[in-house]
Amino acid sequence: MTTHSRNETLLEVESISLSFGGVHALSDVSFDIRKGEVRSIIGPNGAGKSSMLNVINGFYHPQEGSITYQGKRRAQMKPHEAALGGIARTFQNIALFRGMSTLDNIMTGRNTKMSKGLFWQALHFGPAKREEIENREFVEHVIDFLEIQTIRKTPVGRLPYGLQKRVELGRALAAEPTLLLLDEPMAGMNLEEKEDMSRFILETNEEFGTTIALIEHDMGVVMDISDRVVVLDYGRKIAEGTPEEVRANQNVIDAYLGVSHD
Amino acid sequence: MAFDLFLLEVVISGLMTGVMYSLVALGFVLIFKASGVFNFAQGVLALFAALALYDFLAEDGWFFAVFGFTLPVWLAIPATALIMIFLAWVIERAVLRFLVKQEEIILFMATIGLAFVLEGLGDLLFGSDVKPLDIGIPQGASDLLLDNFNLYVEKLEIVAAATAAVLVTALAIFFQKTRVGRALRAVADDHQAALSVGISLNKIWVIVWSVSGIVALVAGIMWGSKSGVQFSLSLIALKALPVLILGGFTSVPGAIVGGLIIGVGEKLAEVYVGPLVGGAIENWFAYVLALGFLLFRPQGLFGERIIERV
Repeated sequence: MTTHSRNETLLEVESISLSFGGVHALSDVSFDIRKGEVRSIIGPNGAGKSSMLNVINGFYHPQEGSITYQGKRRAQMKPHEAALGGIARTFQNIALFRGMSTLDNIMTGRNTKMSKGLFWQALHFGPAKREEIENREFVEHVIDFLEIQTIRKTPVGRLPYGLQKRVELGRALAAEPTLLLLDEPMAGMNLEEKEDMSRFILETNEEFGTTIALIEHDMGVVMDISDRVVVLDYGRKIAEGTPEEVRANQNVIDAYLGVSHD
Repeated sequence: MAFDLFLLEVVISGLMTGVMYSLVALGFVLIFKASGVFNFAQGVLALFAALALYDFLAEDGWFFAVFGFTLPVWLAIPATALIMIFLAWVIERAVLRFLVKQEEIILFMATIGLAFVLEGLGDLLFGSDVKPLDIGIPQGASDLLLDNFNLYVEKLEIVAAATAAVLVTALAIFFQKTRVGRALRAVADDHQAALSVGISLNKIWVIVWSVSGIVALVAGIMWGSKSGVQFSLSLIALKALPVLILGGFTSVPGAIVGGLIIGVGEKLAEVYVGPLVGGAIENWFAYVLALGFLLFRPQGLFGERIIERV
Protein backbone atom coordinates (compact mmCIF):
# COMPACT_ATOMS: atom_id res chain seq x y z
CA MET A 1 0.00 0.00 0.00
CA THR A 2 2.27 2.70 -1.25
CA THR A 3 0.87 6.03 -0.21
CA HIS A 4 2.53 8.48 -2.60
CA SER A 5 0.53 7.60 -5.68
CA ARG A 6 -2.66 6.52 -4.03
CA ASN A 7 -5.08 8.56 -6.00
CA GLU A 8 -3.72 8.11 -9.49
CA THR A 9 -5.96 5.97 -11.68
CA LEU A 10 -4.23 3.04 -13.36
CA LEU A 11 -7.20 1.49 -15.09
CA GLU A 12 -10.71 2.62 -15.67
CA VAL A 13 -13.53 0.66 -17.25
CA GLU A 14 -16.52 2.68 -18.40
CA SER A 15 -19.99 1.38 -19.19
CA ILE A 16 -18.74 -2.06 -20.17
CA SER A 17 -21.40 -4.33 -21.66
CA LEU A 18 -20.60 -7.83 -22.77
CA SER A 19 -22.95 -10.49 -24.03
CA PHE A 20 -22.65 -13.93 -25.53
CA GLY A 21 -25.53 -14.45 -27.91
CA GLY A 22 -28.52 -13.46 -25.82
CA VAL A 23 -26.81 -13.84 -22.46
CA HIS A 24 -25.72 -10.60 -20.83
CA ALA A 25 -22.58 -11.29 -18.87
CA LEU A 26 -21.92 -7.65 -18.04
CA SER A 27 -24.25 -4.66 -18.32
CA ASP A 28 -23.01 -1.11 -18.07
CA VAL A 29 -20.26 -1.75 -15.53
CA SER A 30 -17.91 1.10 -14.58
CA PHE A 31 -15.20 1.31 -11.96
CA ASP A 32 -11.58 2.27 -11.64
CA ILE A 33 -8.44 0.78 -10.17
CA ARG A 34 -5.93 3.14 -8.57
CA LYS A 35 -2.20 2.72 -8.63
CA GLY A 36 -0.91 0.62 -5.79
CA GLU A 37 -4.21 -0.54 -4.35
CA VAL A 38 -5.73 -3.96 -3.82
CA ARG A 39 -9.07 -3.80 -5.56
CA SER A 40 -11.41 -6.73 -4.97
CA ILE A 41 -14.24 -7.74 -7.24
CA ILE A 42 -16.83 -9.79 -5.41
CA GLY A 43 -20.28 -11.13 -6.08
CA PRO A 44 -22.29 -14.36 -6.11
CA ASN A 45 -21.55 -17.10 -8.67
CA GLY A 46 -22.28 -16.02 -12.22
CA ALA A 47 -22.11 -12.34 -11.34
CA GLY A 48 -19.65 -11.65 -14.15
CA LYS A 49 -16.45 -11.31 -12.11
CA SER A 50 -14.29 -13.54 -14.27
CA SER A 51 -15.80 -12.01 -17.41
CA MET A 52 -14.65 -8.64 -16.12
CA LEU A 53 -11.05 -9.87 -15.72
CA ASN A 54 -11.22 -11.39 -19.18
CA VAL A 55 -12.29 -8.05 -20.56
CA ILE A 56 -9.41 -6.31 -18.81
CA ASN A 57 -6.74 -8.62 -20.19
CA GLY A 58 -8.31 -8.86 -23.63
CA PHE A 59 -9.69 -12.40 -23.75
CA TYR A 60 -13.22 -11.04 -24.13
CA HIS A 61 -14.14 -8.09 -26.27
CA PRO A 62 -17.04 -6.08 -24.89
CA GLN A 63 -19.72 -4.84 -27.29
CA GLU A 64 -19.96 -1.49 -25.53
CA GLY A 65 -17.87 0.69 -23.28
CA SER A 66 -14.23 1.58 -23.07
CA ILE A 67 -11.12 0.64 -21.14
CA THR A 68 -8.54 3.25 -20.17
CA TYR A 69 -5.25 1.72 -19.11
CA GLN A 70 -2.26 3.88 -18.25
CA GLY A 71 -3.93 6.88 -19.82
CA LYS A 72 -4.70 5.19 -23.12
CA ARG A 73 -8.35 4.69 -23.94
CA ARG A 74 -9.56 1.86 -26.17
CA ALA A 75 -12.72 -0.09 -26.90
CA GLN A 76 -11.05 -3.41 -26.17
CA MET A 77 -7.74 -4.87 -25.06
CA LYS A 78 -5.84 -7.56 -26.92
CA PRO A 79 -4.17 -10.28 -24.81
CA HIS A 80 -0.76 -9.67 -26.33
CA GLU A 81 -1.08 -5.91 -25.84
CA ALA A 82 -2.23 -6.38 -22.25
CA ALA A 83 0.76 -8.60 -21.47
CA LEU A 84 3.20 -6.15 -23.03
CA GLY A 85 1.51 -3.32 -21.10
CA GLY A 86 2.27 -5.03 -17.81
CA ILE A 87 -0.97 -6.85 -17.06
CA ALA A 88 -0.39 -10.36 -15.74
CA ARG A 89 -2.95 -12.78 -14.42
CA THR A 90 -3.81 -16.10 -12.88
CA PHE A 91 -6.81 -18.23 -13.71
CA GLN A 92 -9.75 -19.57 -11.76
CA ASN A 93 -9.08 -23.05 -13.12
CA ILE A 94 -5.31 -23.25 -13.01
CA ALA A 95 -3.86 -22.78 -16.47
CA LEU A 96 -0.26 -23.92 -16.19
CA PHE A 97 1.93 -25.60 -18.77
CA ARG A 98 1.53 -29.02 -17.25
CA GLY A 99 4.33 -30.83 -19.01
CA MET A 100 6.91 -28.23 -18.09
CA SER A 101 8.86 -27.84 -14.84
CA THR A 102 8.09 -25.15 -12.27
CA LEU A 103 11.18 -23.28 -13.37
CA ASP A 104 10.21 -23.36 -17.06
CA ASN A 105 6.65 -22.33 -16.26
CA ILE A 106 7.85 -19.29 -14.38
CA MET A 107 10.39 -18.55 -17.12
CA THR A 108 7.54 -18.21 -19.62
CA GLY A 109 6.39 -15.31 -17.48
CA ARG A 110 9.56 -13.49 -18.57
CA ASN A 111 8.45 -13.76 -22.19
CA THR A 112 7.69 -10.07 -22.56
CA LYS A 113 11.00 -9.11 -20.94
CA MET A 114 13.11 -11.04 -23.40
CA SER A 115 13.68 -9.68 -26.84
CA LYS A 116 16.68 -11.28 -28.47
CA GLY A 117 15.89 -12.50 -31.94
CA LEU A 118 15.21 -15.97 -33.17
CA PHE A 119 18.54 -16.03 -34.95
CA TRP A 120 20.60 -15.80 -31.76
CA GLN A 121 18.27 -18.14 -29.97
CA ALA A 122 18.62 -20.74 -32.67
CA LEU A 123 22.36 -20.59 -32.15
CA HIS A 124 21.92 -20.52 -28.37
CA PHE A 125 24.90 -18.26 -28.23
CA GLY A 126 25.94 -14.69 -27.56
CA PRO A 127 23.29 -12.14 -26.55
CA ALA A 128 20.46 -14.67 -26.35
CA LYS A 129 22.38 -16.81 -23.89
CA ARG A 130 23.26 -13.80 -21.72
CA GLU A 131 19.65 -12.71 -21.74
CA GLU A 132 18.56 -16.20 -20.75
CA ILE A 133 20.92 -16.18 -17.78
CA GLU A 134 19.85 -12.73 -16.57
CA ASN A 135 16.19 -13.66 -16.67
CA ARG A 136 16.85 -16.97 -15.02
CA GLU A 137 18.32 -15.00 -12.12
CA PHE A 138 15.15 -12.97 -11.74
CA VAL A 139 13.06 -16.12 -11.82
CA GLU A 140 15.17 -17.59 -9.01
CA HIS A 141 14.23 -14.55 -6.90
CA VAL A 142 10.56 -15.21 -7.58
CA ILE A 143 11.03 -18.85 -6.61
CA ASP A 144 12.71 -17.82 -3.35
CA PHE A 145 9.99 -15.28 -2.65
CA LEU A 146 7.25 -17.89 -3.03
CA GLU A 147 9.23 -20.52 -1.10
CA ILE A 148 9.02 -23.15 -3.82
CA GLN A 149 12.73 -23.97 -4.21
CA THR A 150 12.14 -27.66 -3.61
CA ILE A 151 9.87 -28.10 -6.62
CA ARG A 152 11.92 -26.16 -9.16
CA LYS A 153 12.46 -29.13 -11.46
CA THR A 154 9.15 -30.92 -10.92
CA PRO A 155 6.70 -31.02 -13.83
CA VAL A 156 3.81 -28.95 -12.53
CA GLY A 157 1.22 -31.53 -13.58
CA ARG A 158 2.44 -33.63 -10.64
CA LEU A 159 2.17 -30.92 -8.00
CA PRO A 160 -0.68 -30.71 -5.51
CA TYR A 161 -3.32 -28.10 -6.18
CA GLY A 162 -2.15 -25.52 -3.66
CA LEU A 163 1.37 -25.50 -5.03
CA GLN A 164 0.11 -25.25 -8.60
CA LYS A 165 -1.73 -22.08 -7.61
CA ARG A 166 1.51 -20.77 -6.20
CA VAL A 167 3.46 -21.59 -9.36
CA GLU A 168 0.81 -19.79 -11.37
CA LEU A 169 1.25 -16.73 -9.16
CA GLY A 170 5.00 -17.06 -9.72
CA ARG A 171 4.56 -17.03 -13.48
CA ALA A 172 2.50 -13.84 -13.21
CA LEU A 173 5.04 -12.21 -10.87
CA ALA A 174 7.92 -13.07 -13.17
CA ALA A 175 6.50 -10.58 -15.64
CA GLU A 176 7.03 -7.80 -13.04
CA PRO A 177 3.44 -6.74 -13.66
CA THR A 178 2.08 -3.26 -13.18
CA LEU A 179 -1.39 -4.71 -12.74
CA LEU A 180 -1.88 -8.21 -11.41
CA LEU A 181 -5.25 -9.91 -11.96
CA LEU A 182 -5.95 -12.77 -9.57
CA ASP A 183 -8.98 -14.94 -10.25
CA GLU A 184 -9.86 -16.77 -7.04
CA PRO A 185 -6.27 -17.42 -5.95
CA MET A 186 -7.46 -19.13 -2.78
CA ALA A 187 -10.29 -21.27 -4.07
CA GLY A 188 -10.12 -24.81 -2.75
CA MET A 189 -7.28 -24.11 -0.33
CA ASN A 190 -7.08 -25.02 3.32
CA LEU A 191 -6.62 -22.37 5.98
CA GLU A 192 -2.85 -22.59 6.09
CA GLU A 193 -2.51 -22.33 2.33
CA LYS A 194 -4.87 -19.37 2.32
CA GLU A 195 -2.78 -17.59 4.91
CA ASP A 196 0.37 -18.19 2.85
CA MET A 197 -1.31 -16.93 -0.29
CA SER A 198 -2.68 -13.83 1.47
CA ARG A 199 0.81 -13.10 2.73
CA PHE A 200 2.30 -13.41 -0.78
CA ILE A 201 -0.37 -11.13 -2.23
CA LEU A 202 0.11 -8.47 0.44
CA GLU A 203 3.90 -8.63 0.20
CA THR A 204 3.73 -8.30 -3.56
CA ASN A 205 1.52 -5.27 -3.16
CA GLU A 206 3.58 -3.64 -0.44
CA GLU A 207 7.12 -4.41 -1.52
CA PHE A 208 6.84 -4.05 -5.28
CA GLY A 209 3.94 -1.60 -5.34
CA THR A 210 2.07 -3.90 -7.70
CA THR A 211 -1.57 -2.96 -8.21
CA ILE A 212 -3.83 -5.95 -7.67
CA ALA A 213 -7.33 -6.77 -8.87
CA LEU A 214 -8.62 -9.71 -6.92
CA ILE A 215 -11.62 -11.97 -7.29
CA GLU A 216 -12.22 -13.96 -4.14
CA HIS A 217 -15.09 -15.72 -2.43
CA ASP A 218 -13.61 -15.86 1.04
CA MET A 219 -15.09 -12.71 2.60
CA GLY A 220 -12.69 -12.79 5.53
CA VAL A 221 -9.76 -12.57 3.16
CA VAL A 222 -11.41 -9.91 1.00
CA MET A 223 -12.22 -7.68 3.98
CA ASP A 224 -8.70 -8.11 5.36
CA ILE A 225 -6.55 -7.33 2.37
CA SER A 226 -8.61 -5.06 0.09
CA ASP A 227 -8.38 -1.30 -0.08
CA ARG A 228 -11.59 -1.01 -2.05
CA VAL A 229 -14.24 -3.45 -3.19
CA VAL A 230 -16.62 -3.48 -6.13
CA VAL A 231 -19.65 -5.78 -6.00
CA LEU A 232 -21.25 -7.32 -9.09
CA ASP A 233 -24.53 -9.19 -9.29
CA TYR A 234 -26.12 -10.53 -12.49
CA GLY A 235 -23.59 -8.58 -14.52
CA ARG A 236 -24.34 -5.22 -12.91
CA LYS A 237 -22.43 -3.20 -10.39
CA ILE A 238 -24.52 -3.02 -7.23
CA ALA A 239 -22.11 -1.43 -4.79
CA GLU A 240 -18.59 -0.15 -4.35
CA GLY A 241 -16.44 1.30 -1.61
CA THR A 242 -14.22 0.37 1.29
CA PRO A 243 -14.71 -3.07 2.81
CA GLU A 244 -16.67 -1.50 5.69
CA GLU A 245 -18.99 0.42 3.40
CA VAL A 246 -19.66 -2.61 1.24
CA ARG A 247 -20.32 -4.82 4.21
CA ALA A 248 -23.00 -2.45 5.42
CA ASN A 249 -24.63 -1.98 2.01
CA GLN A 250 -28.21 -3.29 1.85
CA ASN A 251 -27.97 -4.25 -1.87
CA VAL A 252 -24.96 -6.41 -1.12
CA ILE A 253 -26.63 -8.14 1.78
CA ASP A 254 -29.66 -8.84 -0.41
CA ALA A 255 -27.55 -10.21 -3.24
CA TYR A 256 -25.71 -12.60 -0.97
CA LEU A 257 -28.55 -13.69 1.25
CA GLY A 258 -31.34 -13.45 -1.30
CA VAL A 259 -34.37 -11.27 -1.01
CA SER A 260 -38.00 -11.94 -1.75
CA HIS A 261 -39.36 -9.92 -4.62
CA ASP A 262 -43.04 -9.69 -3.72
CA MET B 1 32.24 -64.92 -38.14
CA ALA B 2 30.52 -64.52 -41.47
CA PHE B 3 27.16 -64.88 -39.81
CA ASP B 4 27.87 -62.12 -37.29
CA LEU B 5 28.99 -59.80 -40.04
CA PHE B 6 25.75 -60.40 -41.83
CA LEU B 7 23.79 -59.61 -38.69
CA LEU B 8 25.78 -56.40 -38.27
CA GLU B 9 25.06 -55.46 -41.84
CA VAL B 10 21.34 -56.01 -41.35
CA VAL B 11 21.38 -53.92 -38.20
CA ILE B 12 23.30 -51.09 -39.85
CA SER B 13 21.04 -51.08 -42.87
CA GLY B 14 18.09 -51.01 -40.46
CA LEU B 15 19.59 -48.11 -38.55
CA MET B 16 20.07 -46.18 -41.76
CA THR B 17 16.48 -46.71 -42.89
CA GLY B 18 15.49 -45.78 -39.37
CA VAL B 19 17.26 -42.44 -39.66
CA MET B 20 15.15 -41.70 -42.72
CA TYR B 21 11.98 -42.49 -40.77
CA SER B 22 13.23 -40.33 -37.92
CA LEU B 23 13.67 -37.35 -40.22
CA VAL B 24 10.04 -37.52 -41.23
CA ALA B 25 8.85 -38.22 -37.68
CA LEU B 26 10.76 -35.19 -36.44
CA GLY B 27 8.56 -32.85 -38.45
CA PHE B 28 5.48 -34.41 -36.86
CA VAL B 29 6.87 -34.04 -33.36
CA LEU B 30 7.59 -30.34 -33.83
CA ILE B 31 4.05 -29.49 -34.82
CA PHE B 32 2.56 -31.83 -32.26
CA LYS B 33 4.64 -30.23 -29.50
CA ALA B 34 3.53 -26.75 -30.42
CA SER B 35 -0.12 -27.31 -31.17
CA GLY B 36 -1.10 -30.75 -29.98
CA VAL B 37 -2.03 -31.59 -33.55
CA PHE B 38 -1.00 -34.57 -35.61
CA ASN B 39 -0.06 -32.91 -38.87
CA PHE B 40 -1.29 -35.24 -41.56
CA ALA B 41 0.33 -33.03 -44.20
CA GLN B 42 3.90 -33.57 -42.97
CA GLY B 43 4.70 -36.21 -45.62
CA VAL B 44 3.29 -33.98 -48.32
CA LEU B 45 5.40 -31.11 -47.02
CA ALA B 46 8.48 -33.27 -47.55
CA LEU B 47 7.28 -34.13 -51.05
CA PHE B 48 6.53 -30.51 -51.83
CA ALA B 49 9.96 -29.40 -50.60
CA ALA B 50 11.68 -32.03 -52.73
CA LEU B 51 9.61 -31.03 -55.79
CA ALA B 52 10.45 -27.36 -55.30
CA LEU B 53 14.13 -28.14 -54.87
CA TYR B 54 14.13 -30.25 -58.00
CA ASP B 55 12.50 -27.39 -59.85
CA PHE B 56 15.32 -25.02 -58.98
CA LEU B 57 17.93 -27.53 -60.11
CA ALA B 58 16.53 -29.07 -63.28
CA GLU B 59 16.30 -27.73 -66.78
CA ASP B 60 12.75 -28.94 -67.27
CA GLY B 61 11.46 -26.93 -64.30
CA TRP B 62 9.48 -23.70 -64.04
CA PHE B 63 12.42 -21.79 -62.73
CA PHE B 64 14.46 -22.57 -65.83
CA ALA B 65 11.51 -21.83 -68.07
CA VAL B 66 11.07 -18.38 -66.51
CA PHE B 67 14.63 -17.25 -65.85
CA GLY B 68 16.56 -19.30 -68.37
CA PHE B 69 19.08 -20.69 -65.88
CA THR B 70 19.16 -23.15 -63.00
CA LEU B 71 20.40 -22.52 -59.49
CA PRO B 72 23.49 -24.16 -58.04
CA VAL B 73 22.80 -26.53 -55.17
CA TRP B 74 24.12 -24.20 -52.47
CA LEU B 75 21.59 -21.58 -53.55
CA ALA B 76 18.74 -23.89 -54.39
CA ILE B 77 18.52 -25.30 -50.87
CA PRO B 78 18.19 -21.93 -49.08
CA ALA B 79 15.75 -20.85 -51.79
CA THR B 80 13.61 -23.91 -51.10
CA ALA B 81 13.87 -23.22 -47.37
CA LEU B 82 12.48 -19.74 -48.07
CA ILE B 83 9.62 -21.27 -50.01
CA MET B 84 8.84 -23.55 -47.07
CA ILE B 85 8.83 -20.55 -44.71
CA PHE B 86 6.54 -18.69 -47.08
CA LEU B 87 4.30 -21.76 -47.22
CA ALA B 88 4.17 -21.83 -43.41
CA TRP B 89 3.14 -18.20 -43.41
CA VAL B 90 0.40 -18.84 -45.96
CA ILE B 91 -0.87 -21.84 -43.99
CA GLU B 92 -1.09 -19.74 -40.83
CA ARG B 93 -2.88 -16.91 -42.66
CA ALA B 94 -5.27 -19.05 -44.64
CA VAL B 95 -6.01 -21.94 -42.29
CA LEU B 96 -4.69 -21.93 -38.72
CA ARG B 97 -5.62 -18.35 -37.88
CA PHE B 98 -9.29 -19.23 -38.13
CA LEU B 99 -9.01 -22.28 -35.91
CA VAL B 100 -7.68 -20.74 -32.69
CA LYS B 101 -9.32 -22.23 -29.60
CA GLN B 102 -10.95 -24.97 -31.68
CA GLU B 103 -10.81 -28.63 -30.75
CA GLU B 104 -7.65 -30.44 -31.78
CA ILE B 105 -9.62 -32.84 -33.95
CA ILE B 106 -10.72 -29.89 -36.07
CA LEU B 107 -7.13 -28.81 -36.58
CA PHE B 108 -6.29 -32.39 -37.47
CA MET B 109 -9.03 -32.46 -40.10
CA ALA B 110 -7.68 -29.19 -41.45
CA THR B 111 -4.25 -30.78 -41.93
CA ILE B 112 -5.84 -33.63 -43.89
CA GLY B 113 -7.42 -31.06 -46.18
CA LEU B 114 -4.09 -29.30 -46.41
CA ALA B 115 -2.38 -32.55 -47.40
CA PHE B 116 -4.71 -32.99 -50.37
CA VAL B 117 -4.43 -29.37 -51.44
CA LEU B 118 -0.64 -29.46 -51.34
CA GLU B 119 -0.49 -32.78 -53.13
CA GLY B 120 -2.77 -31.47 -55.85
CA LEU B 121 -0.77 -28.28 -56.08
CA GLY B 122 2.48 -30.23 -56.38
CA ASP B 123 1.00 -32.36 -59.15
CA LEU B 124 -0.33 -29.30 -60.97
CA LEU B 125 2.90 -27.33 -60.76
CA PHE B 126 5.52 -29.99 -61.19
CA GLY B 127 3.84 -33.00 -62.76
CA SER B 128 3.59 -36.45 -61.29
CA ASP B 129 6.49 -38.28 -62.93
CA VAL B 130 9.38 -39.58 -60.85
CA LYS B 131 12.24 -37.07 -60.79
CA PRO B 132 15.83 -37.93 -59.99
CA LEU B 133 17.19 -35.59 -57.33
CA ASP B 134 20.95 -35.18 -57.35
CA ILE B 135 22.44 -32.59 -55.04
CA GLY B 136 25.90 -34.10 -55.09
CA ILE B 137 25.56 -36.52 -52.19
CA PRO B 138 27.95 -39.35 -53.10
CA GLN B 139 26.19 -42.50 -54.27
CA GLY B 140 27.07 -46.12 -53.82
CA ALA B 141 28.71 -47.98 -50.99
CA SER B 142 31.31 -46.53 -48.70
CA ASP B 143 34.64 -47.94 -49.92
CA LEU B 144 36.25 -47.34 -46.56
CA LEU B 145 33.88 -49.64 -44.71
CA LEU B 146 33.73 -52.14 -47.54
CA ASP B 147 37.50 -52.51 -47.83
CA ASN B 148 38.43 -52.49 -44.19
CA PHE B 149 35.51 -54.18 -42.51
CA ASN B 150 33.80 -55.88 -45.42
CA LEU B 151 30.61 -53.99 -44.57
CA TYR B 152 28.20 -52.70 -47.20
CA VAL B 153 26.85 -49.28 -46.18
CA GLU B 154 25.48 -46.66 -48.58
CA LYS B 155 27.26 -43.30 -48.49
CA LEU B 156 23.93 -41.54 -48.77
CA GLU B 157 22.78 -43.21 -45.59
CA ILE B 158 25.86 -42.07 -43.72
CA VAL B 159 25.20 -38.50 -44.82
CA ALA B 160 21.57 -38.83 -43.75
CA ALA B 161 22.58 -40.12 -40.33
CA ALA B 162 25.03 -37.27 -39.79
CA THR B 163 22.47 -34.69 -40.91
CA ALA B 164 19.86 -36.12 -38.59
CA ALA B 165 22.29 -36.02 -35.66
CA VAL B 166 23.05 -32.34 -36.23
CA LEU B 167 19.39 -31.48 -36.72
CA VAL B 168 18.29 -33.23 -33.55
CA THR B 169 20.97 -31.67 -31.37
CA ALA B 170 20.06 -28.23 -32.62
CA LEU B 171 16.34 -28.78 -32.12
CA ALA B 172 16.74 -30.24 -28.64
CA ILE B 173 18.74 -27.21 -27.50
CA PHE B 174 16.28 -24.87 -29.18
CA PHE B 175 13.30 -26.42 -27.40
CA GLN B 176 14.83 -26.80 -23.96
CA LYS B 177 16.96 -23.72 -23.57
CA THR B 178 15.50 -20.79 -25.45
CA ARG B 179 12.59 -18.44 -24.98
CA VAL B 180 10.93 -19.30 -28.27
CA GLY B 181 11.40 -23.00 -27.57
CA ARG B 182 9.69 -22.57 -24.23
CA ALA B 183 6.96 -20.52 -25.85
CA LEU B 184 6.39 -23.36 -28.33
CA ARG B 185 5.95 -25.86 -25.55
CA ALA B 186 3.75 -23.41 -23.66
CA VAL B 187 1.42 -22.98 -26.62
CA ALA B 188 1.12 -26.76 -26.88
CA ASP B 189 0.05 -27.02 -23.24
CA ASP B 190 -2.43 -24.18 -22.88
CA HIS B 191 -3.42 -21.56 -25.43
CA GLN B 192 -5.08 -19.18 -22.96
CA ALA B 193 -2.25 -19.24 -20.47
CA ALA B 194 0.22 -18.71 -23.30
CA LEU B 195 -1.72 -15.66 -24.43
CA SER B 196 -1.77 -14.30 -20.89
CA VAL B 197 2.02 -14.19 -20.70
CA GLY B 198 2.19 -12.34 -23.99
CA ILE B 199 2.99 -15.16 -26.38
CA SER B 200 1.54 -14.50 -29.81
CA LEU B 201 -0.08 -17.67 -31.15
CA ASN B 202 0.11 -16.53 -34.75
CA LYS B 203 3.82 -15.89 -34.58
CA ILE B 204 4.50 -19.19 -32.84
CA TRP B 205 2.56 -21.12 -35.46
CA VAL B 206 4.44 -19.54 -38.32
CA ILE B 207 7.71 -20.36 -36.59
CA VAL B 208 6.83 -23.96 -35.87
CA TRP B 209 5.46 -24.64 -39.36
CA SER B 210 8.55 -23.02 -40.84
CA VAL B 211 10.86 -25.17 -38.75
CA SER B 212 8.97 -28.32 -39.59
CA GLY B 213 8.90 -27.25 -43.25
CA ILE B 214 12.67 -27.07 -43.17
CA VAL B 215 12.87 -30.44 -41.47
CA ALA B 216 10.57 -31.69 -44.23
CA LEU B 217 13.00 -30.27 -46.77
CA VAL B 218 15.84 -32.26 -45.24
CA ALA B 219 13.71 -35.39 -45.23
CA GLY B 220 12.64 -34.68 -48.81
CA ILE B 221 16.25 -34.30 -49.94
CA MET B 222 17.30 -37.57 -48.36
CA TRP B 223 14.35 -39.61 -49.62
CA GLY B 224 14.49 -37.92 -52.99
CA SER B 225 18.18 -38.69 -53.38
CA LYS B 226 17.56 -42.27 -52.38
CA SER B 227 14.59 -43.20 -54.48
CA GLY B 228 13.74 -40.20 -56.63
CA VAL B 229 11.15 -37.51 -55.99
CA GLN B 230 7.83 -39.23 -56.38
CA PHE B 231 4.38 -38.95 -54.93
CA SER B 232 4.70 -42.09 -52.85
CA LEU B 233 6.93 -39.92 -50.68
CA SER B 234 3.83 -38.53 -49.04
CA LEU B 235 2.98 -42.07 -47.88
CA ILE B 236 6.11 -42.22 -45.78
CA ALA B 237 4.06 -40.15 -43.41
CA LEU B 238 2.23 -43.35 -42.53
CA LYS B 239 5.46 -45.06 -41.54
CA ALA B 240 6.16 -42.15 -39.22
CA LEU B 241 3.06 -42.96 -37.20
CA PRO B 242 4.44 -46.12 -35.54
CA VAL B 243 7.71 -44.26 -35.03
CA LEU B 244 5.84 -41.60 -33.10
CA ILE B 245 3.90 -44.12 -31.05
CA LEU B 246 7.17 -45.74 -30.04
CA GLY B 247 9.06 -42.57 -29.32
CA GLY B 248 6.25 -40.53 -27.85
CA PHE B 249 4.53 -37.78 -29.78
CA THR B 250 6.16 -34.95 -27.90
CA SER B 251 9.79 -36.04 -27.79
CA VAL B 252 12.45 -35.01 -30.28
CA PRO B 253 14.91 -37.68 -29.09
CA GLY B 254 11.95 -40.08 -29.08
CA ALA B 255 11.40 -39.55 -32.80
CA ILE B 256 15.02 -40.51 -33.42
CA VAL B 257 15.14 -43.55 -31.17
CA GLY B 258 11.70 -44.65 -32.35
CA GLY B 259 12.80 -44.37 -35.96
CA LEU B 260 15.93 -46.42 -35.32
CA ILE B 261 14.04 -49.14 -33.47
CA ILE B 262 11.46 -49.41 -36.25
CA GLY B 263 14.17 -49.42 -38.92
CA VAL B 264 16.25 -52.11 -37.24
CA GLY B 265 13.22 -54.04 -36.05
CA GLU B 266 11.65 -54.42 -39.45
CA LYS B 267 14.91 -55.39 -41.13
CA LEU B 268 15.68 -58.01 -38.48
CA ALA B 269 12.13 -59.32 -38.62
CA GLU B 270 12.28 -59.53 -42.42
CA VAL B 271 15.52 -61.47 -42.40
CA TYR B 272 15.02 -63.76 -39.44
CA VAL B 273 11.26 -64.15 -39.04
CA GLY B 274 10.23 -63.43 -42.60
CA PRO B 275 11.14 -66.82 -44.10
CA LEU B 276 9.01 -68.56 -41.46
CA VAL B 277 5.82 -66.80 -42.49
CA GLY B 278 6.49 -66.34 -46.17
CA GLY B 279 8.19 -62.94 -46.15
CA ALA B 280 7.07 -59.36 -46.66
CA ILE B 281 7.06 -58.70 -42.94
CA GLU B 282 8.86 -55.42 -43.42
CA ASN B 283 5.71 -53.69 -44.54
CA TRP B 284 3.62 -54.34 -41.48
CA PHE B 285 6.07 -55.17 -38.71
CA ALA B 286 6.27 -51.52 -37.60
CA TYR B 287 2.53 -51.41 -37.00
CA VAL B 288 2.55 -54.57 -34.91
CA LEU B 289 5.32 -53.09 -32.80
CA ALA B 290 3.32 -49.89 -32.40
CA LEU B 291 0.26 -51.87 -31.37
CA GLY B 292 2.28 -53.56 -28.65
CA PHE B 293 3.40 -50.20 -27.37
CA LEU B 294 -0.12 -48.85 -27.36
CA LEU B 295 -1.13 -51.75 -25.13
CA PHE B 296 1.70 -51.55 -22.63
CA ARG B 297 3.20 -48.08 -22.78
CA PRO B 298 0.82 -45.72 -24.54
CA GLN B 299 2.91 -42.60 -23.87
CA GLY B 300 5.80 -44.13 -25.80
CA LEU B 301 9.41 -44.35 -24.67
CA PHE B 302 9.98 -40.67 -24.09
CA GLY B 303 6.51 -39.17 -24.13
CA GLU B 304 5.15 -37.09 -21.32
CA ARG B 305 3.19 -39.24 -18.99
CA ILE B 306 -0.45 -38.39 -18.97
CA ILE B 307 -1.63 -37.85 -15.43
CA GLU B 308 -5.20 -36.88 -14.96
CA ARG B 309 -6.32 -35.68 -11.56
CA VAL B 310 -9.82 -36.75 -10.73
